[in-house]
Amino acid sequence: MDDAEFCQIWRNFAKLIEENREYLNSLDAAIGDADHGTNMARGMAKAIESCDGANGGLRETSKAIAMAMLSTVGGASGALWGSGLLKLSASLPETRSCSEREFVESVDAFVTSVHDRGKANLGDKTMLDVFLPARDRLNAGVAAGESLLMLANELVGETAAWAANTKDLIALKGRAAYLGERSRGHVDPGAFSSSLWFKSLNQALEGKRA
Amino acid sequence: MKKLINSVDRVVEEALDGLVVAFPHYLSRIPNSHVLARAVPKASGKVGIVSGGGSGHEPAHGGYVGFGMLDAAVAGEVFTSPTPDQVLTGIKAADHGAGVLLVVKNYTGDVMNFDIAREMAEAEGIATAAVTVNDDVAVEDSLYTSGRRGIAGTVFVHKIAGALAEQGASLDQVVAAANGVIANLASMGFAFESCTVPAAGKATFELASDEMEMGIGIHGEPGTHRMKVEGASELTSYLLGKIVADLEITPDDRVVAMVNGMGATPLLELAVMANEVAHQATGAGFILEQVFLGEFMTSLEMAGASLTLLRVDETRLELLRSACDTPALRQGVRIG
Repeated sequence: MDDAEFCQIWRNFAKLIEENREYLNSLDAAIGDADHGTNMARGMAKAIESCDGANGGLRETSKAIAMAMLSTVGGASGALWGSGLLKLSASLPETRSCSEREFVESVDAFVTSVHDRGKANLGDKTMLDVFLPARDRLNAGVAAGESLLMLANELVGETAAWAANTKDLIALKGRAAYLGERSRGHVDPGAFSSSLWFKSLNQALEGKRA
Repeated sequence: MKKLINSVDRVVEEALDGLVVAFPHYLSRIPNSHVLARAVPKASGKVGIVSGGGSGHEPAHGGYVGFGMLDAAVAGEVFTSPTPDQVLTGIKAADHGAGVLLVVKNYTGDVMNFDIAREMAEAEGIATAAVTVNDDVAVEDSLYTSGRRGIAGTVFVHKIAGALAEQGASLDQVVAAANGVIANLASMGFAFESCTVPAAGKATFELASDEMEMGIGIHGEPGTHRMKVEGASELTSYLLGKIVADLEITPDDRVVAMVNGMGATPLLELAVMANEVAHQATGAGFILEQVFLGEFMTSLEMAGASLTLLRVDETRLELLRSACDTPALRQGVRIG
């Protein structure tokens, strides 16, 4: 993966977040405070600006994205995405490209950071209901020699389903947790936006193939 | 949506400047930040106090910056916790060499962003401590969830920690006093009508004309249940019952109450509630030392109110009643 492709993931993500801004807000209105779309869209708009400005290697580019999200999004999402991407950045090489294995390792570092800081587990109705199983699939796939493109392709459908499945869960972390039983019946906005990231990854990788 | 704004994107920006325009002797805005600090910083060698959170809770938190309360307040976007770099700016503004206490309301986002900011401050050699306010008894506390929310009672933490810091107490002493307040603090609120987050453009929830939301959070997040609207006596009795049970208040306990408007409830009605609190306290046999009445921690234009009780002893009561001079709370200050 090179830095152009890496940046394309984030441009795609920014576009998908913007397109889904109102939908994410409406998901958040049901079990939170109606601003997940607004906050993520504000952060991503800033993040891709820093992507345009960056002309160094992968570590520098991803660090700029991380700092943009950390200082622009706010809320739990900003803290988790921002500090998680700082770990992702530290895991990537300073060069302008990396192997698929190195990329997957950086996603692993991101997920570990989100897990450590947010202290949520699988089934708590959070973004980790998408990222934990996706991380496991990526790690296993890369270890088995599968291509990142094939994995990303598969994960588009898988992560969408995992996000949709949060509808049946009771929230145990985050602001929705205060609702208890009443959080059931609504898709978690953080899980849904996380599934969009895998769609963005797949689009970026397919763009390379095209 | 009817809002007295220019654009959704600039609400917080312009409101922060507006507060400085209205209170230039109290507030100064740290350039390129969402931090309001004291116009005249306190003497060096005293503990600094920083609070903050999403905007939309005015007069919290900028309204409590001043003598006897906060040194800096950090504002996030509406109902969104501030980012770590902003909190760090607040910590630096409040640092006078004796350490900085962060007063954090227990929301996932606030806790994480203030935590990251503390890590950054420690890396720069500034000693910090944090206390987490979780006074809302509406939501269950549990090992498996994020715990109770922090709501209007937070203002009592600002007041008592701020008073002690002003006297020159150490960071450890201020932390202990703040935690003492938190351990004896309980609140609960309700809403008659939702608020409208500017960026969302429509009401966060809908209530029928005879319906209300009990146990509402301060961000318009739903509460514990919906019910038919009841009168001031019944509502006060319900809230008081939950709070008294939580604090295990017994006859002869001394308490201070806060009747807090959420943004669109007239002071006339809040005063009716204050009267109910006094009557029902007498009936229950505990000693109501004082009632704070007004809007202390709002939720934009939400209609509704919250009730807070703080159990006090002589020390806590003295700190609560000591002089402070801030845009939103002024007491015991001699002019001239």
